[in-house]
Amino acid sequence: MAVDLNILIGGEAGQGVQSIGLILSKVFTRGGYHVFTDQDYESRIRGGHSFCRVRIKDTQVQAISESVDLLVALNRESVDLHEKEVVSTGLIIAENDKYAGGDNKKIFVLPMSELAKNKAGNPLTANSVALGALMAITGYELELLQNVFKDHFKDNHVLQQNITAAVEGYTYTKNNVKSSFHHQVHAREDTHKIVMDGNEAVALGALAAGCKFVSAYPMTPSTPVIEYMASKENEMGLAVIQAEDEISAINMTIGAAFAGVRSMTATSGGGFCLMVEGFGLAGMTETPIVIAYGQRPGPAIGLPTRMEQGDLQFVLRASHGEFPRAVFAPGTIEEAFWLTVKAFNMAEKYQIPVVILYDHYLADSYNTVNRFDMTTVTIDRGLILGSDELNSIKDYKRHKITPNGVSPRAFPLAGEPLVVTDSDEHNEAGHMIEDAETRTLMMQKRMRKLFSLRQDIQPPKLYGPKNAGSTLIGWGSTFGPLKEAIDLLHHENISVNMVHYSEIWPFYKETMVDIMAHSQHTFTVENNFTGQFADLIAQETGNLVSGRIVKYDGRPFSPEYIVREFNKMGG
Amino acid sequence: MEDKSIYTGIQPAWCPGCGNFGILQAVQRAFAELKIKPSRVLMVSGIGQSGKLPHYLKANVFNELHGRPIPAAIGAKIANRELVVIAVSGDGDGYGEGGNHWIHAMRRNHDITYLVHNNQIYGLTKGQASPSSDLGFVTKTTPDGAPLPINPIAVAISCEASFVARSFAGDVDHLSAMIKLGISHKGFALIDILQPCVTFNHKNTYSWYRERVYKLEDGGQYNPDDKMAAFSKSQEWGDRIPIGVIYRKVRPVYEDLLPALKNGPLTRQKLDPLPVDRFLNEFA
Ligand SMILES: Cc1ncc(C[n+]2csc(CCOP(=O)(O)OP(=O)(O)O)c2C)c(N)n1
Ligand code: SF4
Ligand SMILES: [Mg+2]
Repeated sequence: MAVDLNILIGGEAGQGVQSIGLILSKVFTRGGYHVFTDQDYESRIRGGHSFCRVRIKDTQVQAISESVDLLVALNRESVDLHEKEVVSTGLIIAENDKYAGGDNKKIFVLPMSELAKNKAGNPLTANSVALGALMAITGYELELLQNVFKDHFKDNHVLQQNITAAVEGYTYTKNNVKSSFHHQVHAREDTHKIVMDGNEAVALGALAAGCKFVSAYPMTPSTPVIEYMASKENEMGLAVIQAEDEISAINMTIGAAFAGVRSMTATSGGGFCLMVEGFGLAGMTETPIVIAYGQRPGPAIGLPTRMEQGDLQFVLRASHGEFPRAVFAPGTIEEAFWLTVKAFNMAEKYQIPVVILYDHYLADSYNTVNRFDMTTVTIDRGLILGSDELNSIKDYKRHKITPNGVSPRAFPLAGEPLVVTDSDEHNEAGHMIEDAETRTLMMQKRMRKLFSLRQDIQPPKLYGPKNAGSTLIGWGSTFGPLKEAIDLLHHENISVNMVHYSEIWPFYKETMVDIMAHSQHTFTVENNFTGQFADLIAQETGNLVSGRIVKYDGRPFSPEYIVREFNKMGG
Repeated sequence: MEDKSIYTGIQPAWCPGCGNFGILQAVQRAFAELKIKPSRVLMVSGIGQSGKLPHYLKANVFNELHGRPIPAAIGAKIANRELVVIAVSGDGDGYGEGGNHWIHAMRRNHDITYLVHNNQIYGLTKGQASPSSDLGFVTKTTPDGAPLPINPIAVAISCEASFVARSFAGDVDHLSAMIKLGISHKGFALIDILQPCVTFNHKNTYSWYRERVYKLEDGGQYNPDDKMAAFSKSQEWGDRIPIGVIYRKVRPVYEDLLPALKNGPLTRQKLDPLPVDRFLNEFA
């Protein structure tokens, strides 16, 4: 039987819901399965309601499912809120069978608090009792849980308590569960895959790309990027500085890049609002920088711990004036890594700012992935003059006008010649100017870089038949749900395919023009109100999509939701 | 006299008689006397009349946005510690638009020198009040008189800036001496420079300053290592204005605390993806 097991763990902030999600993801990945885990939590440290959904499959999985096979309720509210999502053959693990409003036959009573306190000697291990119970119910190997615990708990005493708690939960469940659970999962061969979230993938991508300088101001959801990179300061020889604000962060990043190192900043929409001025400065001074931009719902503070794709048009247009930029929106964890590497290469090759536009959903969801092969990471720093070349030039011009618009870069103190640049419009030498002629030439020089940059943009991904009655179009983190929605629709024998963009700007037009000529219906699927990608398509191709499937409640799409919306649109 | 010609840049576009000429001369003299090659210097300026200074010199130049020279200067200094990094602002640029960066750069004690051309007015935008305009100063934007000015010296001392000095653009000898001390100082060095704007500030003129400034080093009584004395000195303004080193403190430099800088400038570190392979084990 194909494995597709969905576990939902609910509780309040502080009960360890997030770490259960991570531990389960690792436990099943080590047993040769594919896991996708998302997080749903409130902007608070204690209390409230949070949950994570862990989906385990024997084939690749990149989205959650709406139906729940196992609900682990660490408090009563979790039963109240999620009971209805549990399938008829499903099970609810809870402390008390009075919790369920409707069908309390589904409840398996597990005395988590009691076992944690009296058997494991630590009330905080209640969630490990639940994890042990999960192993017993699904028939999965308890050793794998114990192995993951060994890596997870650094303190030996705490580790032993948690192992005891898990064994207690496991044994209690084996002895007390009445009938065998419908979905038994046994560990398979370990394929040595890893489990990672989007933030970690971006951080590792930046480290692999040779980023040496990070300046940022903390903001959900991208904060873990800087935290992870800071933890590698020693090993990777990079400097991480927490700036006083985002304005400072981006200007420090620009200063470091000008001086000669690969540099980046990380933020969310509110922070990027403050960075916009500096974004334009990078454009004007042709300083390569990378911005890891994790979107969350706005405007203003919005929903700090939720997801949205509401900033696409903002990023495409950010700053006054015109200059070339690149915008990448990874659809998967792998892409988050590889596009971050590419962002650094494009930034330096074209001496432009590059934005990695991801969102809270991708940032915080764990997925089983293959280990990235570091030997295939390429580092292309573009045109940089070494000291000999530089010293042979008498008067070096930082902004020399060239056929493709890219001027050879040099760094201060790399040689004797001076490096001069200006936020004012400037001449080739970098000194400020006022005359119309130079202004015109410099605008043309900078904008010309877009033509070559376009050649480096990969086409969007096509999934499903080349020609279909309808096409679903997505970008960024909707990749997983969208792809599965296509599979679900194919099961209903509907002629549909999908186009997914992860290299958004410069826009790869040809595929879209082609699709719009062949598909009867085209629908964009995106997490915002207006359908910003649909507007981008209209701008770039002159064509309107047939419909816009949008969602702006701060929660990600599920494949089932997309199918329902698609059917409503009569696709 | 040292040869200053190697430090001569493009033709200045300031008004004749502007105090900025004195600052330009003093910076050139300081470079010459310290024997710093232009290629070792990075000047990061903001926007205003002061922002143009680096273009009129010979140095590496990053002419930043209004108010933002300090962050870029910090980024560049961390990237390459072998550069002598000097940030340049006006009173509006530094104490207004970029005030937050200034405060935190002093607190963190980055190893940069900060020159503030303080003409108590917005010169480039033609004569509006600045954060340091005297109380009651009337301009087109302050028809009822300017509110209380910022006291940059007192702010700097309270942020434990490790070197705080004031000088006067009309005294090139004194100013170049202060700039030399600032550049030689390890840590953040603020030099607030009283700079006459002959076109828009008809109150704080050369003669107005000349009548009031006196040198702290004359008399030999003043001790800049005494924080409380420095605080009370910072309160003097009006009839008598002290110039010289007002506060000095030896304390850890931010860049010294960064482990990555121990192996030389970041600009010379190797870019190598392979070590990242090891980190992947954390995710198994
Ligand atoms: C964000 C921004 N706001 C406003 C301006 C306009 N502006 C340019 S310089 C300046 C004030 C300059 O005053 P100051 O820093 O004292 O320099 P000065 O010209 O007096 O040397 C202003 C308001 C700008 N360039 N950028
Ligand atoms: S306006 Fe004032 S500060 Fe500006 S150049 Fe003229 S005199 Fe100097
Ligand atoms: Mg001024």
